[in-house]
Amino acid sequence: MKRFDNKVVIVTGAGSGLGQAATLQLAEEGAKLVLVDLSEAGLQETQQKVLAIAPQAETLLITANVADEQAVKGFVDATVEKFGQIDGFFNNAGIEGKQNLTEDFGIDEFEKVISINLNGVFYGMKYVLKIMKKQGYGSIVNTASVGGIRGVGNQSGYAASKHGVVGLTRNSAIEYGQFGISVKAIAPGAIMTPMVEGSLRQMGGDNWEEVGKEFVKPNPMRRFGKPEEVGYLVAFLLSNHADFINGVVVPIDGGQSYKY
Amino acid sequence: MKFENKAIIITGAAGGIGKEIAHKLAAEGAQLTLVDVNEVALKAVVEELGLTADRVLTVKTDVSKEADVKNYVDQTVEKFGRIDGFVNNAGVEGPAKAIEDITEADFDFVYGINVKGAFYGIKYVLPIMKKQQAGSIVNTASVAGLIGSPQMMLYNSSKHALMGINKVAALEAAPFNVRVNTVNPGVINTQMMRQIESKVAPGAADAAQSAYAEAVPMKRYGEPQEVANLVVFLLSDEASYISSSSYTVDGGLYNV
Repeated sequence: MKRFDNKVVIVTGAGSGLGQAATLQLAEEGAKLVLVDLSEAGLQETQQKVLAIAPQAETLLITANVADEQAVKGFVDATVEKFGQIDGFFNNAGIEGKQNLTEDFGIDEFEKVISINLNGVFYGMKYVLKIMKKQGYGSIVNTASVGGIRGVGNQSGYAASKHGVVGLTRNSAIEYGQFGISVKAIAPGAIMTPMVEGSLRQMGGDNWEEVGKEFVKPNPMRRFGKPEEVGYLVAFLLSNHADFINGVVVPIDGGQSYKY
Repeated sequence: MKFENKAIIITGAAGGIGKEIAHKLAAEGAQLTLVDVNEVALKAVVEELGLTADRVLTVKTDVSKEADVKNYVDQTVEKFGRIDGFVNNAGVEGPAKAIEDITEADFDFVYGINVKGAFYGIKYVLPIMKKQQAGSIVNTASVAGLIGSPQMMLYNSSKHALMGINKVAALEAAPFNVRVNTVNPGVINTQMMRQIESKVAPGAADAAQSAYAEAVPMKRYGEPQEVANLVVFLLSDEASYISSSSYTVDGGLYNV
């Protein structure tokens, strides 16, 4: 009996990075998966990888923008219609935004980052918690960031949105614990995903790999994390093994956030 | 099995949480050094586990004595040749008293076990893990290491001290691929909580228990297995990028 046999898990941002890594771990452990991403190509790629390790896996692919409330309601409704339940929700979709000083950050950019990273996470919780409350069980893992508990710089939109995700997590954990539901957040540090590669390219252009090496020098473990290392954590937090863990923000950063 | 041929030391192995950790690790194939001050209880745990002699070592230990700690570490290396995981878990709740009533003997007793005991453990285990370039240490702190509660100054402050030890040890260990983290249990169904309930509310322990449970967003005590699940995850290779962190397992209590 695998941990996620007969369990239904929704993953947003499933087309790349942390969402894809968590999806693969969940698939390996037997989950039925609803995979949501803005990029249809990304979803196809994840689907192929899922079928390579778990040929029997049942999946539902939904192209959606989490900043659109109706689209979020749509993927939640579609999940219930197809699978009848939601055991886990990895509320993960997010973007980094263009890096800039606060005064130059730009209102449109700020609103764009907030609408995906914060509004999107809120919409997801709003519709999924309603279902989980009726069921009397469920686990939600929101993707925050070290940038959601510390200052990083040049990331006004990202910092505000990820700090917001921490607030949403703590708030809903208090409300829904009594219904047997736990709400957690993870705070990844420098994990080598397409998003982090993108931000290194913003800093260093073609020289981004060198910039990356400099970037992780102060990290206690002296390296980037791997997406699958986050996948293991997410699978644990979504599983029954973590039912009594509630309202927490879990760093996975090689120790970066504690080194001050 | 995740812990086949892995040698793990557990202190406080005869207590509520330590015993559950031993059970889970034994089921995953680990070789275990079980350390406790209570020899009778320790024997009972070994019998429950039913491990063959080549997979288990018991060492009766007062962790507040440096020579005793060095002894269980030395014996582990002698028997198993390495130390892959260390559950630095032994602790006492100490007295429930107003600050003005706490004596020097009270202080030395609680700090001797909860602070010095944890420090000695890391002091002797860490060099071995550094040499191996591998290892995971999990310190059992508490939600009491993050917040205060009346009458429990010694327990609360000793667990705060452990949080500080954890942060420094993690930074010193990280370049050697050794990870150091804490778990911070809230109210868990163990003998220690039964003691705290009756000490804090003499004659009204049941009422104290209900009040504690009511304060938890999940409206219940946790079970020792629920803490053990987390400890086993942090010990495993699946947690390979997690260090310096503190994990509450408290049904949301710390968040309130």
